[in-house]
Amino acid sequence: MSGQPLLELKGVFKRFGAVTALNGVDFHVDVGEVMALVGDNGAGKSTMIKTIAGIHPLDEGQILWEGKPVAIHGPKDSAALGIEVVYQDLALCDNLDVVQNMYLGRETLSSFRRLNKADMEKAAAGVLKELSVTTIQSTRQVVAGLSGGQRQSVAVAKAVLWNSKLVILDEPTAALGVAQTRQVLDLVKRLGEQGLAVILISHNMSDVFEVADSITVLRLGQNVAEFKTSATNQREVVEAITAGELHHVPGMQEEVIQ
Amino acid sequence: MSAVAGTTPENLPVEKQSLPDAVRGWWVGVRNGELGALPIVVGIVVIAIYFQSRNSHFLTAGNFVNLIAQASPVIVIGMGVVFVLLLGEIDLSIGYLSGMGGVVAATLLVPDSNQWSTAPALVAALGAGVAIGLLQGFWFAKVGVPSFVVTLAGLLAWNGVVLQVIGNQGTIVIQDKVINGLANDYMSNTLALAVLVVSVAGYVVQQLLWVRRRAKAGLPNVPWSLIGLRIVLLAGAGLFVVLWADTDRGIPYVGLLMLVLFVAWSFILNRTRFGRHVYAVGGNAEAARRAGINVDGIRIAVFAISGFMAALGGIILASRLSSVDTSTGGGSILLYSIAAAVIGGTSLFGGRGEIRSAVLGGVVIGMVANGLGLLNVAVGTQYVVTGIVLLAASTLDSLSRRRTARAGRT
Repeated sequence: MSGQPLLELKGVFKRFGAVTALNGVDFHVDVGEVMALVGDNGAGKSTMIKTIAGIHPLDEGQILWEGKPVAIHGPKDSAALGIEVVYQDLALCDNLDVVQNMYLGRETLSSFRRLNKADMEKAAAGVLKELSVTTIQSTRQVVAGLSGGQRQSVAVAKAVLWNSKLVILDEPTAALGVAQTRQVLDLVKRLGEQGLAVILISHNMSDVFEVADSITVLRLGQNVAEFKTSATNQREVVEAITAGELHHVPGMQEEVIQ
Repeated sequence: MSAVAGTTPENLPVEKQSLPDAVRGWWVGVRNGELGALPIVVGIVVIAIYFQSRNSHFLTAGNFVNLIAQASPVIVIGMGVVFVLLLGEIDLSIGYLSGMGGVVAATLLVPDSNQWSTAPALVAALGAGVAIGLLQGFWFAKVGVPSFVVTLAGLLAWNGVVLQVIGNQGTIVIQDKVINGLANDYMSNTLALAVLVVSVAGYVVQQLLWVRRRAKAGLPNVPWSLIGLRIVLLAGAGLFVVLWADTDRGIPYVGLLMLVLFVAWSFILNRTRFGRHVYAVGGNAEAARRAGINVDGIRIAVFAISGFMAALGGIILASRLSSVDTSTGGGSILLYSIAAAVIGGTSLFGGRGEIRSAVLGGVVIGMVANGLGLLNVAVGTQYVVTGIVLLAASTLDSLSRRRTARAGRT
């Protein structure tokens, strides 16, 4: 690897009225790296994800993609770069089958503007196979009939289908049982092995320590600590989440201005 | 890219599925709540047996030919309803919108100094339906008023317009040959057979292309025996209908119109991006929006389709009666059209249904009305029976949904 991060955030600010959700965040993720993003509620994890995805464009700061500064103004911009987000609610249509969901909004067409069903089915099956998703027997199964873990797999496969380089997973195991969490964690590992960068938001420390290569801790909208998973332990990470040292104390700047 | 342990992507296995396997797969689907057309086909058979046992005139060629024309307005309007229900919405204006279609066409064709020729009059009537559908769709999608309320307002308003246009004339008799011929003229045996041959040939070609495309992509195909069976069934059923109808007057032109509409709308719903997006918006509008689908555009287009089909259904209704009057578009036409789509298996919850629902449901409603008419049963009883059929059909839908959801909880 070139040593250059795939995605880098430098001094990013995001304010919602009087609330500063991101307070000069620095962040980076490399190719083939599974980066866990942890922090307490309100630490700014979701805001940061939405900034990267273009849902909340940043107010100040810089985003670098493969070393070059980029402007992300909307979800289309981030998708064009190769960033796919799998939200907690998965955004799947229950009444459509696996293939139809994976290609939703980006269906391929053959002559006379007909849907090219055969090619879509083949490519979808190929991605599921590449990711070793063996729990889905038929890609023509309707999503309503799938379990939580299977749905998560479909949502992840949908993100991977578009030659994406960075996949962001928002609490992928939050609503799952033990066996299904296992499936999804294995899937996350394989994404990293396939050379994708992964950002994993999770509250579950054992999940994080199992699949992540690195951990970034957010607290009050700031990056307060970064760890290599192999060189730290849960106690250290939890300490950073609750009491990591802040670079700016909230409220201080305002006082200075006054 | 590092290789994933143990799994190198290879060609997908091309399973050779046998006919018994296919049947077994279908049966598993049925047990998991994917009933398809099964209940409605069973229902049609039961209804036919019942009425035939009560009145031997029910299953005669003459009555069959009557049934085609009788059921046609409900079937045509019902096809538009299917689109609206797929979104999980409702269109209550279709009854009087169909009245508008009939009244506009009839008024423009009154043989006086201002008489229009047939084609422009038809375009104007259908255009009025589309325009009203667009307006209502816009109000629902962009302004944000629930479709129930927008189209309820439409129901009242278009009823008023029909009354105003007809005025104190009471009835406008239609003398136009084309419009009257739609439901009252019959195809020659040769024409009907030609249509049948073209339809079956089209189906065969489509099936062959489908098999070839899937084989090319390395995907498993349904067995040839099943494809052959479908073709033989289609050709056999078609031939039976044509020959049977021919022992009486033959198939009315509106039968051909319904066939064309059925094929066209089925194509749009199943083979185009637009159709796929209709299903997606009905299944999960938020997911559709995030996938970049123009949700508002889909909604407006669907209400325009509903308006178009309502106006067309109204023209067919006017053709059957050869006149329009102040009650045109009123009565049971609205509720029968919605009931047809629901009885045929289209879900009111959105996202589930097909064009064939309108045809099958319309046939059931037509059979009940026709059969009870033959038995000289009061119209009140007819409504009660239709109500029970509707309740049974939507109960089945709710139960099968529950079953599908349970199948996922493993």
